[in-house]
Amino acid sequence: MIAHKKRVGMEVSIAVSHAVQLARAEAIAAYPITPQTHIVEHLSSLVANGDLEAEFIPVESEHSALSACIGCSAAGARTYTATSSQGLALMNEILFITSAMRLPIVMTVANRALSGPLSIWNDHSDIMAARDIGWIQIFTENGQEAFDHSVMAFKIAEDHRVVMPTIVNLDGFILTHVVEAHELMDQETVDRFLPELKPYHKLDIHQPVTMGAFAMPELFTECKMAHQEALTNSYGPILEIWQEWGELTGRHYKPVETYRTEGAKIIIMMMGSLAEVAEAAVDAMRDQGIPVGLVKIRLWRPFPFADLRAALAGAELVVVCDRALSLGGAAGPVLAEVRSAMYPLAVKPQILGYTVGLGGRDVQPEAFEELVRHAQAEVKQGPSQEFYIYGVRG
Amino acid sequence: MSKAWDQVTWQEIEIGGVLTEPGSARAYNTGDWRSSRPVWDKTRCIKCGVCWTVCPEAGISEDADGYFDINTYCKGCGICVKECVTGCIKMVVEES
Amino acid sequence: MEKFGYAESSKFDTYASRMMPRDEFFTSGHRSCQGCGEALAVRWACKAIGKDAIIAHATGCMEIVSSGMPQTAWMHPWIHVAFENTSAVASGIEAALKVLKRKGKLKGPLPKVVAMGGDGGTSDIGLQSLSGALERGHNFTYICWDNEAYMNTGIQRSSATPFGAMTTTTPPGKRSFGQRTWKKDMVAIAVAHGIPYVATASPGYLFDLYFKVKKAVETPGPAYINILSVCPTGWRSATDLSVRLARLATETAVFPLFEVVDGKYRLTVEPPKIRPIRDYLKPQGRFRHLRDPEVEFIQKTVRAKYELLLEKCQAPFPEFSPVHVPEGI
Repeated sequence: MIAHKKRVGMEVSIAVSHAVQLARAEAIAAYPITPQTHIVEHLSSLVANGDLEAEFIPVESEHSALSACIGCSAAGARTYTATSSQGLALMNEILFITSAMRLPIVMTVANRALSGPLSIWNDHSDIMAARDIGWIQIFTENGQEAFDHSVMAFKIAEDHRVVMPTIVNLDGFILTHVVEAHELMDQETVDRFLPELKPYHKLDIHQPVTMGAFAMPELFTECKMAHQEALTNSYGPILEIWQEWGELTGRHYKPVETYRTEGAKIIIMMMGSLAEVAEAAVDAMRDQGIPVGLVKIRLWRPFPFADLRAALAGAELVVVCDRALSLGGAAGPVLAEVRSAMYPLAVKPQILGYTVGLGGRDVQPEAFEELVRHAQAEVKQGPSQEFYIYGVRG
Repeated sequence: MSKAWDQVTWQEIEIGGVLTEPGSARAYNTGDWRSSRPVWDKTRCIKCGVCWTVCPEAGISEDADGYFDINTYCKGCGICVKECVTGCIKMVVEES
Repeated sequence: MEKFGYAESSKFDTYASRMMPRDEFFTSGHRSCQGCGEALAVRWACKAIGKDAIIAHATGCMEIVSSGMPQTAWMHPWIHVAFENTSAVASGIEAALKVLKRKGKLKGPLPKVVAMGGDGGTSDIGLQSLSGALERGHNFTYICWDNEAYMNTGIQRSSATPFGAMTTTTPPGKRSFGQRTWKKDMVAIAVAHGIPYVATASPGYLFDLYFKVKKAVETPGPAYINILSVCPTGWRSATDLSVRLARLATETAVFPLFEVVDGKYRLTVEPPKIRPIRDYLKPQGRFRHLRDPEVEFIQKTVRAKYELLLEKCQAPFPEFSPVHVPEGI
């Protein structure tokens, strides 16, 4: 049954904090960083007014924010934090430990460029520098998706078949600071969807455990394998939970989303809010008779290999847009992943990569038409570069 | 974990590497490190328990008569000898 | 001021060992070096903490010797995350317990929360998170196992290493006499946060240590205890001298034992006569290279600092101490 719908206009950051409120987060530790601040400011006022029964810990750094979250989650509380850019980078050490300890913390990352030079504006270089942290990582495209996934992330993270920290990415400013219409949920529906947290392990004086023991070489590889398997196997429960949400709300989500890919010979790929711009470009090119479609990766970790291969079946040219660089390397992170996913196939498309929209650089629909034309020409003459940076002067 | 720890498979690793048996280190016999051991002269021991207090290993236990002696964990550091109030403890080279 | 008194324990003396609790919460089978003064301090601190507590521990000697998979020497619920963030982890635990209690998910009295770390994890890399947690007023106790260098990584200097000490990164040489700086005053830093309980302790006076830890965990709000943890490996001292050296540190006034309750200083062990600093330096290989001028400088500085401490202990103190925010405001 589809739940009651009411559309409310609000800033996406407020919608995300409302989702965290509906999820009844019990502990929040955060440190201010633009453009994540509106989320935690709103949460702290919910706590201050008694509208959310939680502890808000205004820590002295992001490193301590995630560390405090580990303490909260290990003690058995439903735990949330949000950060951006330098904040995520400062957490880096603890990100790996959080997932290795299998603590079901949910974090919003308001994606922003990494310094330097300092830039507060949007790209994906923060989360791409944290690609291998062993968390579930989801990308959202608009405010509604950010709201939906912020609720679902708790259910995914805490599922006893999963038990894994989860990041929901949304583009800084482009999403966090815009007002959109959101279909919100009522508390009873969310309560039915998301039951109380049952910690898999917790710090309990009645049943003491040791968390964070160290491993000698004889056990370290086994610990890593257990983590790898758990993250890979979270795929099934994630889909199941998204399906349940779809039945509840009418909003269905897939690990790899497609737009007008029927009969498409050319596929444009990306993650995040840029997809909405690309959709307009695809419409325009389709009007011109160019057989182009759009593929968006929603589930970045665990990487949905089979879904991606299915979405790209039949394509002859794939144009991958990265919003991050792998400096000195062969490809941006999404390009590298797509290429290695497609490489084992006997029949595979040409795959070219473009880094676009760094540090808040605007990307208009026309850009995608330009990229497609450029890629077609490059394929014809043989690619002149490993990858390209779009729109750079000089 | 009853299995030898270098035989444990990845499937047997507890979620998050959590150890669920508090104090399981007791299975490790640190007494093997010892090259000499403290020996008590019971005629001079006043059963005060200072030796038990100052042992970093909790490696000294009390017997039924109230006297103290090392248990399996004594690493042979000799602090008990130095701190004994009556000087009734001596270090003796361990015979292997 | 009590002569030879122990914190809150005037009825106990060195013959009271038998009256102390027998339960071990830091169990045998841990892999600390022979004669580890730190392990002894941990053993007694854990007895004082009692069983209803959760411990967060920084990376360091005590973490490594006690928690190698698949065995643990801890009887408490215990967590290690990283080197510099133990106070933040403890903050999180404390906050979570409070909200779980409010929501009725946690029955009975709130467990105590204790954070522990070495001097590196406390006064160097962990100083920021410690300061944050003290300043925010979490109800927890922080215990610093101060063995005066990075012993776990091979005896490198820290900001807690004493003047003149040889470490692997302050080696004496033609142009060096070892550590050139005075030990960072962590107690003063903790006191400056306006927290209700700060103390020093050492395994040389185990009952004093025991009662201070007990007092700290029972104090509402943050508490900080700096425990001198004699390290035979790093101090190049005989393994059987660990308790004696800790006592000499107090008898020579290099490490006085005192507590600061709501800002008010009180000496808990007052040696009748201060012994010369050489008595403390001589048994330690880390000071063996020192020449007379350095030793004299140390002697003068120790004496001056001790006199300042005695002045603080005798200073008149206002009746109202603004450490706790009253209920209802």
